[in-house]
Amino acid sequence: MGSGLVNVAVDISLMTLLAVTAIGIIRSRNLFATAMLSGIYSLISAALFVTLDAVDVAFTEAAVGAGISTVLMLGAMTLTRRSEKHAVKLHIGPVLVCLAVGAALIYGTVDMPPFGSTEAAGFKHIVPEYIAGSRDDIQVPNIVTSILASYRGFDTLGETAVIFTAGIGVWFLIGRRRREDEADEEAQKTSGDEA
Amino acid sequence: MRHHLILRVVSKLLIPFILLYALYVQFHGDFGPGGGFQAGVIFAAAFVLYALIYGVETARKAFPARWLAILVPLGVLIYGGTGIASLLLGGTYLDYDVLAATPTGGQHLGILVVEFGVGVTVTAVMIAIFFAYAGRTDDIQDDDW
Repeated sequence: MGSGLVNVAVDISLMTLLAVTAIGIIRSRNLFATAMLSGIYSLISAALFVTLDAVDVAFTEAAVGAGISTVLMLGAMTLTRRSEKHAVKLHIGPVLVCLAVGAALIYGTVDMPPFGSTEAAGFKHIVPEYIAGSRDDIQVPNIVTSILASYRGFDTLGETAVIFTAGIGVWFLIGRRRREDEADEEAQKTSGDEA
Repeated sequence: MRHHLILRVVSKLLIPFILLYALYVQFHGDFGPGGGFQAGVIFAAAFVLYALIYGVETARKAFPARWLAILVPLGVLIYGGTGIASLLLGGTYLDYDVLAATPTGGQHLGILVVEFGVGVTVTAVMIAIFFAYAGRTDDIQDDDW
């Protein structure tokens, strides 16, 4: 019972930190601070995933969210301004939409099965098969890996293709231009010299 | 960051361990948490750290764009090729059972190869995207911050 209370306390403090960081991100007009705060947001999310026993997700969140994307955001920031333009004033319509959607989501959680319940609908369908299969047919201790790579191999192939597409997209859009610019400058310089 | 001696020394010490840890996450993924996606990002993060400390041009020399052009598609090809291999061996697409003598051995082999393909593509794409962004500006000076 004591550990349960500790878990609740940890969850509440992490959620509070998450909310404080989110408010900080919304209020800050300095893009450098915003990038750093979103890195912190990812790190706190990663800690939350650990408390939910989703270590794989926490791993990804810490590496991608807090690590690489913070650096990418800083890199993107150097291409633009350092601070955001002044905020537009509060529009009442969007606020009402946000509040309504939020209320609907909270109302939706009332019907959800209790946290960690094995009776939940999601655990009834195909999950028992995966768990038994990972133990008997694949013999991989980490079920996440056996589901991702074996049972859901097509999905993961698709995900890899998405990453591949994102990579070559960025590369062809902005990755190669600089060298061509330099080549153009060189060409102009040499032609200018000749003239 | 030429004069940040502590940063340079510490990162130089840490980068081999980050790379090693990425390999551990990659090849230990069926026993512990991890797998190709996480390992690829950690591997790329080591290069990003290197680029942040020693400059993008030095990092480009350590990881030439030519390699990226090969590695980005190579990972997807490894993944897709595993499926083709299982087709040729008489199974269905991405059915690893036929890859080795026993179905369990085949599953283990298939998962290992497929995760390796994912890791290769994720590493190369992350580095490519970082270079694409970082290459657009001249090196960031300390007083820019």
